[in-house]
Amino acid sequence: MSKVLIQFAHPTHSKSNVQKTLEKYARKVKGVTFNDLYEHYPDLFIDVKREQELLAKHDIVIFQHPFYWYSSPPILKQWQDLVLEYNWAYGPKGHALKGKKIFNAVSCGGGRDAYSASGYNRFPVGQYLLPFDQTAHLCRMDYLPPFVVHETYTIEDYTLKACGEQYAELLDALVNDRIDPAKLAGIEYLNELFPH
Amino acid sequence: MQQSFFFQAMIYLAAAVVMVPIAKRLGLGSVLGYLVAGVIIGPAGLKFIGMEGQDIMHFAEFGVVMMLFVIGLELEPSRLWRMRKNIAGLGGLQVGVTTLLVAGIAMLLDVGWKEALALGMIIAMSSTAIVMQTLNEKGWLKTIAGQSSFAVLLFQDLAIIPMLALFPLLADHTGVADGHGAGGSLVSALPAWQQTIVVLLSVSAIVLTGKYLLRPVFRMMARTGLREMFTATALLLVVGIAVLMTSVGLSPALGAFVAGVVLANSEYRHELESSIDPFKGLLLGLFFISVGSSIDFSLVTSKPLLIIGLVAGLMLLKMAILFVLGKIFQVRNAQNFIFSIGLSQIGEFAFVLLSFSVQQGVLGKEVSDTMTAVVAISMAMTPLAMMVNEKFILTRFCLVSAGLQTAQRPSDVEEEDNPVIIAGYGHFGNIVGRFLRANGVEATVLDNDSDNVDFLRRIGLKVYYGDATRYELLDIAGAGRAQMIIIAISDEEKRLELIETVKKHFPHLHMLVRSTNRNDAYDLMNAGMMHIYRETFDTSLRLGVDALKLLGHRAHEATRMAKTFFVHDERTLKHLSRIRNDEEYIHAAREHMEELEMIMQADREAVHLNALAGWDRKAETETA
Repeated sequence: MSKVLIQFAHPTHSKSNVQKTLEKYARKVKGVTFNDLYEHYPDLFIDVKREQELLAKHDIVIFQHPFYWYSSPPILKQWQDLVLEYNWAYGPKGHALKGKKIFNAVSCGGGRDAYSASGYNRFPVGQYLLPFDQTAHLCRMDYLPPFVVHETYTIEDYTLKACGEQYAELLDALVNDRIDPAKLAGIEYLNELFPH
Repeated sequence: MQQSFFFQAMIYLAAAVVMVPIAKRLGLGSVLGYLVAGVIIGPAGLKFIGMEGQDIMHFAEFGVVMMLFVIGLELEPSRLWRMRKNIAGLGGLQVGVTTLLVAGIAMLLDVGWKEALALGMIIAMSSTAIVMQTLNEKGWLKTIAGQSSFAVLLFQDLAIIPMLALFPLLADHTGVADGHGAGGSLVSALPAWQQTIVVLLSVSAIVLTGKYLLRPVFRMMARTGLREMFTATALLLVVGIAVLMTSVGLSPALGAFVAGVVLANSEYRHELESSIDPFKGLLLGLFFISVGSSIDFSLVTSKPLLIIGLVAGLMLLKMAILFVLGKIFQVRNAQNFIFSIGLSQIGEFAFVLLSFSVQQGVLGKEVSDTMTAVVAISMAMTPLAMMVNEKFILTRFCLVSAGLQTAQRPSDVEEEDNPVIIAGYGHFGNIVGRFLRANGVEATVLDNDSDNVDFLRRIGLKVYYGDATRYELLDIAGAGRAQMIIIAISDEEKRLELIETVKKHFPHLHMLVRSTNRNDAYDLMNAGMMHIYRETFDTSLRLGVDALKLLGHRAHEATRMAKTFFVHDERTLKHLSRIRNDEEYIHAAREHMEELEMIMQADREAVHLNALAGWDRKAETETA
């Protein structure tokens, strides 16, 4: 059994469609803690101690957020800058996060084709997430491939529902340690482990 | 001297216009200015006015009626009820003890007991006009000393009624016709029980009229859009009450006070106040001038020792009684000095009682004349006594009681090099001060509530007692070297005064100013202020955010809405402050409604759209 912590960041939650659905499915999974950052820190004043205690209690961390300007909404950057302290998260004595798994669960307006050498976004999603990857590495964590929902502005209800179910399955597998590390090697998105 | 009405008016106004600003300038307060003006134009000075000063005084006493009406307006019934212990206890004891002591001393000096008792009652009175005016000018009305003084004065006003009823009984001979003073009335021919009923009926008539009838009347008057009609109605109200009260033998001041209290909760309160205020001020001024002119200097020069001795003796006696009572009623230290020195004079009611007692044959003409001079001089001494008190006793007292005997200098120039001066350390200034202190910024604090200063000093804060609008105090506090002054005084007029002082003498200081509400903020903007902080604005918005959250809105979105609203409202404020200048003639009540409507319309248009724009509006490219 692993404990999963979702660090959720959405500044205009009331207008969201995809993220709200993902949230709905995620909240139903046992063993998952859903930490709504903007709701806790509406003025971005983050309680560092609380956040560090949350991290210490969990084994897997997920940054769940819309993909704003090829990155996360600002509170996640604020969160990293404040919570990941020297000699706690990294540095010679920083072992608090060692061995924990981490990945991003994002929703993008563009389609998967757009995120390719020939598409208008030119690079794959994974490349844009490199700063997260490296941050995890420096904190001695395992960075997993992302969970991605594409075309959020045109997505059909049934596709969205399928994505929600897929996300729930993934979370459930993570909680119950049913993910085979060997299978992670060849995939670009975690979605691929649960084909629909 | 043959004088036309206009000539008289010119003399009075000129005297006031010349003397009051000089007195203010010298830090003596307006009351003393009026009194001196009266002396100068009176029989003892330039002889522009003769003994008709007495008649004018009776007319000008109406200013006291108006003042009590205004005081009533500022005093909600619930607050009055909370003060009941002070009014009955402190006020009752002051009147009782002073009357008995004075009467006792008079009897020792071989005065008959009836005469002695009359003198005691006369001397127990203090001057509502002088004390309230001075307390108001110094911003002390809300301090403990101010509240206690007010309680005593209110009781004295009440005590006038039984006193007037008692005086005829003290007369040696019976059958004297009713006087035409405040005691003479239509109902005095009726038996006592009927009089009582008439009195009760009149008071309830005032209360009921104030509660039910006046609001629609004022609304109608406001709707005419004619400012002078509102003023006329307000005047009619006060004059009407005075007539009614006089005709049933009650004190008009008391009736006006009751009407004021009844209207204290009404929406027309400020409008009424601003309508009555100029009349009140001028009539009070006239009253003080006539007091000054009525001082009979020939009597003073013929019996200087007697008069001076009486003034000094009586004032000291009253002061001592007040001081002891103050101690019993826990008016502490410096506040007790303000309280007891402030009320130590003999008040304007003494004039009424004196002339009444002569008519009734209680007192002889000679005694009455001597007393009139004593009363007038004691009134003239009050502002001086209060000034001495403020300059010498209070400053010293605040330092001494804080256990700083070694540092009795009021200024410590070396040490006062703080970058920040905070003027006013009530609930507003004190939060600012604490916050700065927590961040290692030391501030020099000025406050004019001596009780507060005393307390703050005891807990180790460096606080200076004094009126921050005074140049000297600012100078001592190091305004010349500071970078900014935080103006957190609660009194709106005092704030504007302070701003003017700072602009004139310390133009380099940044001014951060507290404001009460929108209207006040307009005034501050017109005074050229850049940094204005409406005292309830942020808090109200914070409450609004929490309300939205409880209704299920997202915390961050509600917070951004509030920020947007904040920015938007500040901008509207600036905009409307400019418009307002052109339209000052518009009736204030209507203006207020129109403005609110404009604000709300602007809110609907701007706020909602702005707050969440950007985030995921321009879909494809921005959020990719």
